[in-house]
Amino acid sequence: MPDPLLPEPLLTVRGLTIDIPVGGGTLHAVRGIDFDVNRGETLCIVGESGSGKSLTSLALMGLLGGRIDRRAARMEFDGIDLTGANKRTMRALRGDRMSMIFQEPMTSLNPAYSIGDQLTEALLLHRDISRDAARARAVELLEKVGITAAASRLGQYPHQLSGGLRQRVMIAMALMCEPELIIADEPTTALDVTIQAQILRLLVELGREMNMAMILITHDLGVVARVADKVAVMYAGELVETGSADEVFNAPMHPYTRGLLRCIPQPGKTERGARLGTIPGIVPSLVGKVSGCPFRTRCDQVVDACRQDVPHRHPGAGEHAFRCVHENGLRAGGEVVT
Amino acid sequence: MLQFILKRLGLALLVALTVSIISFSLLFLSGDPAAAIGGETATDQDIEAIRVLYGFDRPLPVQYWDWLSSALAGDLGESYYFKLPVATLIVDRLQITMLLGVCGITFALLTAVPLGVVAAIRPNSFIDRLALFLSVAGQAMPSFWFGLILIVVFAIQLGWLPPSGTASAAHFVMPTIVLGYYAMPAIMRLTRAGMLDVLSSDYIRTARAKGAPEGRVLFKHALRNAIIPVVSLAAVQMGFMLGGSIVVESIFALHGAGYLAWESIARNDLPTVQALILVFSLFYIIFTFLSDVLNAWLDPRMRAG
Ligand SMILES: Nc1ncnc2c1ncn2[C@@H]1O[C@H](COP(=O)(O)OP(=O)(O)OP(=O)(O)O)[C@@H](O)[C@H]1O
Ligand SMILES: [Mg+2]
Repeated sequence: MPDPLLPEPLLTVRGLTIDIPVGGGTLHAVRGIDFDVNRGETLCIVGESGSGKSLTSLALMGLLGGRIDRRAARMEFDGIDLTGANKRTMRALRGDRMSMIFQEPMTSLNPAYSIGDQLTEALLLHRDISRDAARARAVELLEKVGITAAASRLGQYPHQLSGGLRQRVMIAMALMCEPELIIADEPTTALDVTIQAQILRLLVELGREMNMAMILITHDLGVVARVADKVAVMYAGELVETGSADEVFNAPMHPYTRGLLRCIPQPGKTERGARLGTIPGIVPSLVGKVSGCPFRTRCDQVVDACRQDVPHRHPGAGEHAFRCVHENGLRAGGEVVT
Repeated sequence: MLQFILKRLGLALLVALTVSIISFSLLFLSGDPAAAIGGETATDQDIEAIRVLYGFDRPLPVQYWDWLSSALAGDLGESYYFKLPVATLIVDRLQITMLLGVCGITFALLTAVPLGVVAAIRPNSFIDRLALFLSVAGQAMPSFWFGLILIVVFAIQLGWLPPSGTASAAHFVMPTIVLGYYAMPAIMRLTRAGMLDVLSSDYIRTARAKGAPEGRVLFKHALRNAIIPVVSLAAVQMGFMLGGSIVVESIFALHGAGYLAWESIARNDLPTVQALILVFSLFYIIFTFLSDVLNAWLDPRMRAG
């Protein structure tokens, strides 16, 4: 029963599945993932490289390539059905109500156009606004993202800016239309470690200030601990655990989440830049039929039943959910290793 | 940008100067020019008289300076064969060649660029295959053969177009196609490869993420970047077309500069050859300069270099 007092989530995703045709068959890159994002809320998606985080975010934006098959039982943005949306509807949403910051600041700006042209483009496309007003807004946002001499930057070209500056420009660009949802896909991995934290903090602060919902994809669990309202843990194309940051950090249920958090004690106490713990074992191939729990090849709680369908479990009253054959994520007689 | 243009202009002048020296020395590389003018029946005294008459006895730098200043004033010497000033001789011929070259490159660009773009947007589609076929055929078919086929079909059998001459615009249709088709495959393939490359780049995804309509993504964001190498190639092709349209000019009996160059080489008419080489080289330098400027306008990264 949906609670009538709770507002509808801004974004609802149910059963999102992404298949990619590859040489030897079909790559089942993302398989039936569910999550919600409320207005003004920050959802962090964590998971190791190749788990399908970027594909998921591109699927939300409708930016997957033509060969890639995207299906979902339900995918709604503020009541707008994204699964059946035509190109025009998606175009109207993109860059206006939902926008995205990409992993690669060095190559995500068009080398042929000035920063000013690229910053104002979305605004001019979506709003009935004069060129001058758009440029004024661009200067305002460049100042907001901490770029000095903002007005003179408008005439510069991407090759004249450093990686950190380019990513600040990308952030400003994504904020031009004050989107309700911003998707940031590892916005700082390509940058110098010293400015990573700076840029992330800036992004999160601006998000709060503008009351934007944010999906932040990151490897940095320290950041997750500090900024996330909700956490989704992704493994080999599945969301193995979701819940409030508090639930996931303090009462991780899935063996994979536990493995990730092994070295992370508490939200707030985690050191900046702490990386995902390494878990031995190999990730299964997702080409061809995938069945059972994908983590079983690396799991320390593995039993025979892991080959069968894995149930969704809801341990508490809240949104906390995980997928495991074990009721509390532990083999009978097993012990929590922390 | 202005600084870039001035720099390139300086470079172009330097190249032009070098070319002028080379084309000047050409006169002496191919033997004694006085003997060439005198012909086979000339005696030693005749040759000596010619040498003094034409000033070949003076020091080379003086001769070069003399030659260069008169060339700049439009005096390119006198043709050994026609006994006419070379300048008047080549002006008419150049007009024909330039007209043909401009038509040819325009035809090549107008067919190659749209084909390349569509082929890149829809790889493996019918258009892509057609483009590939046309480009392979264009490369496999020698110009003279293609030209003759066109003459047989459209001039002789169908009678739609005149087979040779320069009297009307219709006379230029087949030569334009043959010459343009020669340049088309390379331009088409470069456009296609460039578009494919650019379309998979991150900034195209950024443009789409802003909600830009597809046409804007393709033409404003992608084509502008993909066309940059095509501009340089087209400039080179244009240069080739002016100097190398000899085959086309002879098939269609267009008495252009290419044809004149070929004839003059056969006749040992050095002043004419020299002037043509100079003019062709200057055109080449001008096209390269223009394409550099156009590229710098298209790609801000080049403005610094
Ligand atoms: N266009 C594509 N064609 C084929 N395979 C793809 C394509 N895009 C992604 N994949 C594969 O899908 C899987 C998930 O990719 P995705 O980029 O979503 O991972 P990710 O979680 O974002 O990883 P990272 O942290 O390295 O960015 C990977 O195995 C990747 O190789
Ligand atoms: Mg990624």
